[in-house]
Formats: sequence, structure tokens, C-alpha cells
Amino acid sequence: MERPASAYWRANLKLVAVLLIIWFVVSFGFGILLVEPLNSIAFFGFKLGFWWAQQGSIYVFVVLIFVYSALMKRIDRNFNVHDDED
Amino acid sequence: MDVQTLTYLFVGASFTLYIGIAIWSRAGSTKEFYVAGGHIHPIVNGMATAADWMSAASFISMAGIISFMGYDGTVYLMGWTGGYVLLALLLAPYLRKFGEFTVPDFIGARYYSNTARVVAVICLIVVSFTYIAGQMRGVGIVFSHFLDVDITIGVFIGMAVVFMYAVLGGMKGITYTQVAQYCVLIFAYLVPAIFISILVTDNPIPQFGLGSTVNDGSGLSVLDKLDRTLVDLGFGPYTQGSKSTIDVFAITLALMIGTAGLPHVIVRFFTVPKVSDARKSAGYALLFIALLYTTAPAVGAFARLNFVDTVHDTPYSEVAGWFKRWENVGLIAWKDKNQDGVIQYAPGAPFSGAPRFSGTRGADGQRELTNPATDNANEVYIDRDIMVLANPEIAALPDWVIALVAAGALAAALSTAAGLLLVISTSISHDLMKKTLARGITDRQELKYARIAAATAIAIAGYLGINPPAFVAEVVAFAFGLAAASLFPAILMGIFSMRINKEGAIVGMVVGLVFTVVYIAYFKMIAPGENTAEHWWFGISPEGIGTLGALLNFSVSALISRYQPPPPKHVQDLVERIRIPKGVESPHEH
Repeated sequence: MERPASAYWRANLKLVAVLLIIWFVVSFGFGILLVEPLNSIAFFGFKLGFWWAQQGSIYVFVVLIFVYSALMKRIDRNFNVHDDED
Repeated sequence: MDVQTLTYLFVGASFTLYIGIAIWSRAGSTKEFYVAGGHIHPIVNGMATAADWMSAASFISMAGIISFMGYDGTVYLMGWTGGYVLLALLLAPYLRKFGEFTVPDFIGARYYSNTARVVAVICLIVVSFTYIAGQMRGVGIVFSHFLDVDITIGVFIGMAVVFMYAVLGGMKGITYTQVAQYCVLIFAYLVPAIFISILVTDNPIPQFGLGSTVNDGSGLSVLDKLDRTLVDLGFGPYTQGSKSTIDVFAITLALMIGTAGLPHVIVRFFTVPKVSDARKSAGYALLFIALLYTTAPAVGAFARLNFVDTVHDTPYSEVAGWFKRWENVGLIAWKDKNQDGVIQYAPGAPFSGAPRFSGTRGADGQRELTNPATDNANEVYIDRDIMVLANPEIAALPDWVIALVAAGALAAALSTAAGLLLVISTSISHDLMKKTLARGITDRQELKYARIAAATAIAIAGYLGINPPAFVAEVVAFAFGLAAASLFPAILMGIFSMRINKEGAIVGMVVGLVFTVVYIAYFKMIAPGENTAEHWWFGISPEGIGTLGALLNFSVSALISRYQPPPPKHVQDLVERIRIPKGVESPHEH
């Protein structure tokens, strides 16, 4: 029988992997590797690739951390390893 | 009131506030000195982290660099923010659960070895001192231009203020002063940005202003106008870079993992009460940082546009006052190559090397230079660092805005300097003295060592600020490259792998560190003439080499660990324990 700790750890790793894929796609993907094709698309006065590189990726980074924080809290509770009593 | 009086007023008031906070929050125990007692609210810690992280480089230099690099400036914008995602998802919560005072503490315990701890202390000290020299220089620049005092005196005043709150207050004093400094610096950054955004585009939000139409009747958006203006002058378009894709990739990644591995940022997450707070706090920190980092590209673009408008094709006798004021400080220079009395701005360096003024004045009153002219059309030398400081003057904003920027720049430099001083002194008193050289000293003695170490570090930092080594700008690349190649992999593997053992980790850190140092030193100091893409390995510049250093560290550690015995049971239990948030304790009293 698997210990709950390793099931918790797997759930954690899965979440982190998904979020890091998004992190990579918006920054290295949209902002660097795909910047030239995206630049041919206009986006509110910006070229789209340039916007991802100097604005969009940063907004996504902020959202990613808050999403991680909220979802981890739920995972912590599901596996009963949370750090607060309330 | 004139600019100078206002600047004295703003700077004086902000310094009084910092010192007041320092006296109010004096640290009484090592726990308060190292981690502020361990019960800082996540939002407060987020704000303090933002001030801790945003240094003179972010406040003064970054928008100026973006201004002249255009798209290539992206490496700093993404590199210095994306690292927080790594920090929040991969390091901060686990290190908080570990529940000790310092980064070497973790490395020493996880790799059950004092050698590993000492290697980590060395990495930490090299990284932090590299950084601090730049902060003190920032303080010097602000003082000499805005307050018209000698750079030396400016650095002394800065040292005295940092001494007050870092040495007396420790982490507790630093945390609350950093909160105040964040408020000062973000206000000082946003106010001129909003003013300039309205001036250029009528849109008060700089992030949107960057995409808006310029209000000069041309119907062009800011970036389109900038692209055209620069192409007309012979530059490449603003929105396209000149660096190769692989280099942009490597530099961004090196800055990201370097950011996540910077000890003075990591320790901030030791100050919150719980694991869940560490995660949340990282989100707030990045939110507060993003406020400045998404404004910076707008400031950079507006500044470049205004700069070209006011300087290019303007007779020197009619140029705005700021041009001459910064020329007097030596950060702007004009060499009238075609002798027409008109300033021409074009690509390329106007003359070789940094400006050397002959001490005489030319026909139009400009400071004459002894540097040999280059054969391009450009006549203007401008130090990129002044773009943010001169920006309010370039846009002719009210005097109080200019004074505010000076106070903001000082807040940014001092808050980072204090954070760095703290990790240096902590690693010496705690890791080197208490845990290695002088075991069994009391809490009181340890606190005394911490204060002596902080005072010594301030003196060294001040010396570096007054006599900056010629390569200060170059060694900044070191700080991130080193943190990326040495500390980040060791911490990450320590959390996510049970199998990495002390042999693997120590050799990995040393190999990553030495490789990165040698590569940077070769291209920056030993053979600067070869510092071009065709000589670089895989086309990666010294700035981005930390990425390869980190990869090397990971592979060497994994390989060696395979052939050496796995870590002992108690270390595996430790890893199991830090992976679970439940049962978090505040860092224990000694």
C-alpha cells in the first residue's frame, strides 16, 4: 500500500509541472522563440510577440504563483498535511 | 523652492523615517536579527522582498538599458521576474519548512557536510559583495548629481544610514524599513512614468500608454513611431533585437535561475510563519515587483523618444539645461565632429572609450574631450544609467518629481544593500563562526559577531562604492551567473532528489562555480578583445553562461551521486519532512 505522503508528493509534482510548462510557453515560447511570427499580429498598438516579451509574460508569472498557492492549499487539505488549523 | 532644496527635503524626510523605524524595531535576539522572529505577515514580507530585490539596477539602470536595447532588454524584464515563479514553486515553501536561518544552513544539513556549508558560504559572499558594490555606486551617483555633494561624502551618508538600521535592527529593522522603502520607491517610479505617459500619449497608465497613439498628430503608436525614428537615424528597429535567439534564451534563463538562487531573496521567505505563507508571499512579492517591471519598458520607450526629439539636430547653444547639467557630471558628452555647433545623434560610439575631458571648453561652451573621434556620424555619448534620473528633466516635469526620483533611487539602493549586508553578516556569524569555527558560542556572542560582521561588510561595501573597481558593470553578470551555477542546483536537487549525496553536491557546486567564473573572467578580463559571438561557446555570451554552468552542476552532481553511497537515513527523513507543510515550526531558538 502506497503511503499518503508519496501520493501527496505526486499531486504536487504534477501541479508544478503543469504550471512550469505554462511558465515556459509564455516566456521562452511566446517571448523569445516565437517572437518573430507573433510580431506580425497587431495587439492593441503592440506587436504581439513584443507584448508577450515585455508585458504579457510578467502578468502571467504573477497569476501563476497565486494559482499555485491556492491549488496547493487545496491539495494540502485533501491529503491532510496542511499547516494551519482553521 | 528649487530642485536642490526639495531634494534635500525629500531625502532627509525619507532617511529620518528609516532611522526612526530602525530604533523602534531594534533586534534583541539572534532569531529577531536573522529572521525577524519568524512572524512577518505574507503581504508585508512580499513588500519587503520587492524592495530587497529591486536594487539600483532595477530602479536606475533597467529602463535606461531597455531604452537603448529595445527588444533585447526583454532578457532583464523576463529574467528578473520569471525567477520568482521558480522560487515560489521549487524552493521557498520547502526552505521555509526546513526552518533554519540561512541558505548554507540548508546545504550543510541536507548534504550532511560542513565542507558543503563552507562552499555555500563562499558562493554567497562572492555573489553578495558583487552586488553590493553596485548599490553603493548608485548611492554615490544620486548624491553627486542631485545634492551636489562629493561622491565620497554621499557614500559615507549612505553607509551611516544602512549601519543604523541593518546593524541595530537586523532582519527585523530591515523588514520594516524595506516596507517603507518600497512605498517610497514605487511612488517615485510611477509618478514620473504617469506624467510622461500623459505627455506623450494622453493615456495615464504607462503599461497602456506604451501601446497607445502618440499625441503629436502623426497617428502612429509609440512603438511604431520609435521604430521609424530610429530606422531613419540608422539604428535597427526598437521592437527587434540584435542578439541571437540562443543568447537571449540563455541570458534570460541564467537571470531567472540566478534570481531564484540569490541568498538575500531566499532568506526573506524564512521570516513568514507558515509554508502556505511562503507561497502566498512570493506571489505578493512578484506582484509588487511587476508594478515596476511592467512600467519600465514604457519609461524606456518614452525616454528614448523624448531623448531623440530634444537632442538630435539641436544646436548645442539651445539644448535643454539637463543636457549640460549631466555633461558637467561627466555622464553625457558631445564631440562636435563636423564643427557645425549642432548635436547629431546616430548609431555607434562617438569616440573610443569613456569620456576624458580636457578641462577646457569648446567654441559652443561644451566640455572638450581628448578621446579620438570615431568615423561615424554620432556625436553624443550618454551613460545609460542616467535615463531614469534625467527622464523627469527631459520631459520637463515639475521640480518635486525630480526630487522624488532622487529619494526613490536612494530607497532602492539602500534597501538592497541592507538585505545583502544581512546575509553576509549572518553567513559569517552563524555558518562560519557558530556552526564551523567557534561552536558552542552563546546567542549573545553570536549576535555580537553578526553585528561586527555587518559593520565590517558595510565598510568594505563603502570602500568599493568610493573606489569602484573598473569592472563593476562587468561583474554584475557574475552575481547571477554564480548564483545560477552554484546555489540554485544544489538547493533544488536537495529538495527534489533523495539520491543526491554530499560528494555529488559539493563537486557539482565547485564545478559550476569554477566553470562560470573562468568563462566570464576569460571574456571580460583576460581576453576582452575576443568577447564576440564567434568565440563564445554555442553562441552564449558571458552574461548567459550561468545557464550552462547550472546544467553542468546538475549533470556532474547526478553522475557522481550514482557512484557514491546514498545519503544516510536521517537526511532522507529530513527531505521527507520538508516536503510536507504540516508541522511547520518557527526557526528554533538557540
